[in-house]
Amino acid sequence: MRERVVADFSGLPPHGMHTASPTWWGTLAFMLIEGTGFALAIAVYLYLMSLATTWPINSPRPNLLPGTLVTLVLVGSVVPNYLISRWAEQQDLPKVQFGIIVMSLLGIVPLIIRFFEFPALNVNWDSNAYGSIVWTLLGLHTTHIITDLVDTLVLAVLMFTRHGDNPRRFGDVQDNAMYWNFVVLAWLPIYGCVYWIPQL
Amino acid sequence: MMDDAKSKDQRDSDFDRPALEAGLASIWKTPAGLWGALATVDHKIIGQRYIVTAFAFLALGGVLAVLIRIQLAQPEARLLGPDRYNQIFTMHGTNMMFLFAVPVMEAMAVYLIPLMVGTRNIAFPRLNAFSYWMFLAGGALLWIAFALDMGPDVGWFAYVPLSGPQYAAGKRADMWAQMITFTEVSALAVSVEIVVTIFKQRAPGMSLDRIPLFVWSMLVTSFVVILAMPAIMIASTSLILDRLIGTHFFNPAEGGDVLLWQHLFWFFGHPEVYIIFLPAVGMVSTLVATFARRPVFGYLALVMALIATAVLAFGLWVHHMFVTGLPRLGESFFTASSMAIAIPAGVQIFCWLATLWDGKPVFKTPLLFVIGFMFTFVIGGLSGVMVASVPFDTQVHDTYFVVAHFHYVLIGGAVFPLLGAVYYWFPKITGRMMSERLGRWSFWLIFVGFNLTFFPMHILGLQGMPRRIYTYQPDMPWHGLNLFVSGCALILTAGFLVFFVDAIRSARRGEPAGDNPWDAPTLEWATSSPPPSYNFPFIPVVEGSNPLWEQRETLAVGGGMRVDRRELIITTVGAAEAEAREASPRNSIWPFWTAIATSVMLIWSIFSPWAVVWGSIPVAIALIGWFWPEGTPEDDS
Amino acid sequence: MTIPVASAVTVSVIIIGAFTLASFNTTRALNVGGSDDFIIKIRGLQWWWDVEYPGSSPEQRFQTANEIHIPVGRNVRFQLEGIDVIHSFWVPSLAGKQDLIPGRPNELSVRAERPGVYRGQCAEFCGMQHAHMAFFVIADEPSVFEQWLRAQRALAAPSSDAEVLAGQQVFLSKSCAACHMIRGTSATGTTGPDLTHVGGRQYIAAGLLETTRGSLAAWIADPQTLKPGNNMPMVPLSSEELRSVSAYLASLK
Repeated sequence: MRERVVADFSGLPPHGMHTASPTWWGTLAFMLIEGTGFALAIAVYLYLMSLATTWPINSPRPNLLPGTLVTLVLVGSVVPNYLISRWAEQQDLPKVQFGIIVMSLLGIVPLIIRFFEFPALNVNWDSNAYGSIVWTLLGLHTTHIITDLVDTLVLAVLMFTRHGDNPRRFGDVQDNAMYWNFVVLAWLPIYGCVYWIPQL
Repeated sequence: MMDDAKSKDQRDSDFDRPALEAGLASIWKTPAGLWGALATVDHKIIGQRYIVTAFAFLALGGVLAVLIRIQLAQPEARLLGPDRYNQIFTMHGTNMMFLFAVPVMEAMAVYLIPLMVGTRNIAFPRLNAFSYWMFLAGGALLWIAFALDMGPDVGWFAYVPLSGPQYAAGKRADMWAQMITFTEVSALAVSVEIVVTIFKQRAPGMSLDRIPLFVWSMLVTSFVVILAMPAIMIASTSLILDRLIGTHFFNPAEGGDVLLWQHLFWFFGHPEVYIIFLPAVGMVSTLVATFARRPVFGYLALVMALIATAVLAFGLWVHHMFVTGLPRLGESFFTASSMAIAIPAGVQIFCWLATLWDGKPVFKTPLLFVIGFMFTFVIGGLSGVMVASVPFDTQVHDTYFVVAHFHYVLIGGAVFPLLGAVYYWFPKITGRMMSERLGRWSFWLIFVGFNLTFFPMHILGLQGMPRRIYTYQPDMPWHGLNLFVSGCALILTAGFLVFFVDAIRSARRGEPAGDNPWDAPTLEWATSSPPPSYNFPFIPVVEGSNPLWEQRETLAVGGGMRVDRRELIITTVGAAEAEAREASPRNSIWPFWTAIATSVMLIWSIFSPWAVVWGSIPVAIALIGWFWPEGTPEDDS
Repeated sequence: MTIPVASAVTVSVIIIGAFTLASFNTTRALNVGGSDDFIIKIRGLQWWWDVEYPGSSPEQRFQTANEIHIPVGRNVRFQLEGIDVIHSFWVPSLAGKQDLIPGRPNELSVRAERPGVYRGQCAEFCGMQHAHMAFFVIADEPSVFEQWLRAQRALAAPSSDAEVLAGQQVFLSKSCAACHMIRGTSATGTTGPDLTHVGGRQYIAAGLLETTRGSLAAWIADPQTLKPGNNMPMVPLSSEELRSVSAYLASLK
């Protein structure tokens, strides 16, 4: 077919940010997938609880301390997370470099506490179905912290290379920050289930 | 790095046509040879691979079906012992559902969607390459396990406790469960690509109300995949955990529940059949429009029907559990929803019939398959309305009546449109027409063979023949019909053979097709057959919903894009206004390495839980290699 | 074309609505059951049916396997218990099916209006020999049924036939008693079917073979060829032992 030119794209930017960026949408889609997974895992927890005569099954309630500490660290990390997102929007390289180091540390701290959180559940994954689901919920969330941390560390290295000062990298930092918000948000209902429902 | 040297980069307006095509080709092409084959990110090459691989699995699954029918032709037959038979029927179902039906629909979308929306490549092209390798690895895992007498033997639905640690010895059930992981990762990845391609890469001017119906159906299907597949991931992972490290999700003695498996499996399993059916609906809308020579009647109603079907699909799953002893009141809700989903299907059928009635039908092979679909799917829908009723289902559940029902809706509802779609799009993919004569032969053999093979199964079910039995006793009144069914299955097989022969021959020696042999309205027919690596020399600009019927002489396009880097246009979600000239990734070997590393980790984890820890290190390394920027022009911004 | 399409959709909605209501009404109508039900406990195992008649007192309790007698004209409530994997209890001519699910006791109520032999078969894939897991529900007139109950409650009658007595010796000295019960003897195994009145049942091995002395011998000689993968091992017996033990079991009517 012959063509007739009716539009000129040459003035369009060579990279879009936010809703004009495919990776922003990809991050959102991934959040939807993982969020559905978390929601189903919580549904499994509630389902098993509805069938049990006592809950927790044959175990003491989980120790509240490590889980609550993790919650505080995660909720607190939302502040520097918000800041790094704003600095990336402004494409302020030095501030972003500082912020990404902070976020890297804030990704490592909860993992350290979490190492103590698993035994503080006071039940094993193979003791009974209650143990299986609480270990699974904690394990699923831990996997997300780990993958986001690796992502953050790689970005941190990148921000100090020649590839760092590029709107694409700033977009990556924002997408990564958005995903960290999801990781924090997804933790809250899990925390409620694992630690507070047994108290009821 | 802002675009400070606009005079340095090369724009399409700088070139005459032959030089433009050569320049685009050099940037977008996939080099010949092994590295090219492993590193390509061209959606058309990957899509063709996907389609061919899925059809290869169809053929393998068909061989299994023939074995089943030979065994069941006689009572107490000795062709297959119970162990082999149980592996074969498990493999047949698992293969058809996970390795053929869903992947083939995804594959058609991977090939067609970028062309239909007027862009140069699918979104996340490297992820697309990765997803194919994962699909292939999952299929290889399953079939190699089967060849080694380690194939799963617990049914495609793998109910616990039969598939659990106590009653399923060895690693057979784990092969099944891990194959699920491969195919679900693959399908989820493709769904994300499709959603982002459709939302953000449509041709300028292709607003939401101008999207072709096949594109709509793939958009809706992709959301169903995203929301349904996590359920089977959770289910299969829990099963592996129960079997490998002693969790108790499904162990009633320790607070677990046997029905939990069924809830999780069917919460995925029911939407799964709509994941298979909805793309076929989109294909039918496409074929009806082209071969009725008019736009389809009721565009808005058809879109609404797609969405309604997808939403309702999530509210049906308990109809697979009507005899498990759940409260009858709750079950009745699922009767109502299962009956209700017939309504949007009815809307679609009536709209298509109206289109054909009001049009000037051209009865070529694709339209024959559409008519075959209507006849067969409606029968399947009628038996579906029957099994939706709890009292009726308590008699026919787990009998050959259900086997008849789902083959009618799956083969009628998905395979017939798929075969028509292959006849339709084969010229675009290969540049050659398939044979109209062989097409008619294959259609009639398949149509007649299918109905003769599967209709009697309704009767067998009503005569009390259960499913999943490797044999039956001579004093049962089932011998005659089973023998008849097995004989007619050969007619069906012959029809498929004719189809395969036609496809293979026509790929080399079919009549050259030209750009638009069917005089169809959508954008993929505006470019050459097969399309060049860059799809379109200029990105189209769309002014209506049937661009090639509205602009018969020339195609409106936009210019000003770079020729020295891979570029496509990003547009807004609603009105499709151009927002950016985004870069599209070059060929890369990293998706292949990542797939290898992931496959090693997943297969290793069948045998040891530590695989998840140690095996994830190579995966992380491969992913870092994948995402590390390379300083190419695509990294400019 | 709007009017024809809209009319067709409206008619479909009405028809679907009518089917849905009809289905609800049928569900309600099929709910038989009450306090006067005759209770029978069914346990499904790979690949046979354990049948227990609790009766109204412990002396009335007895167990049998694969063949269930019920009184005509009375509601019978089957209490279904899954032991190993999921099975499904289905007698097409009497009622719809209901699953036996480990951890989830279920119930199925039936009522036979006419005497007769009603065949059933397991309807949920349960492994290797799912295809050979049949059972029989025999509806008797009330007087015949009472007779059957009394006969089943009785212990295995001692015999005076030499071959039968020799067979009993074989049964008790070989490993048979480890899995099978014959009330009135020292055989008290519970892993396999109760054989106290096996000779009086129409079929053995869950509907596989008609009960004759010959089929009993064939079964004991090699269960794995007839029903590959089932849980009964082959117990090596000499031909004389086989002859006498099959005579013994056939005599347990």
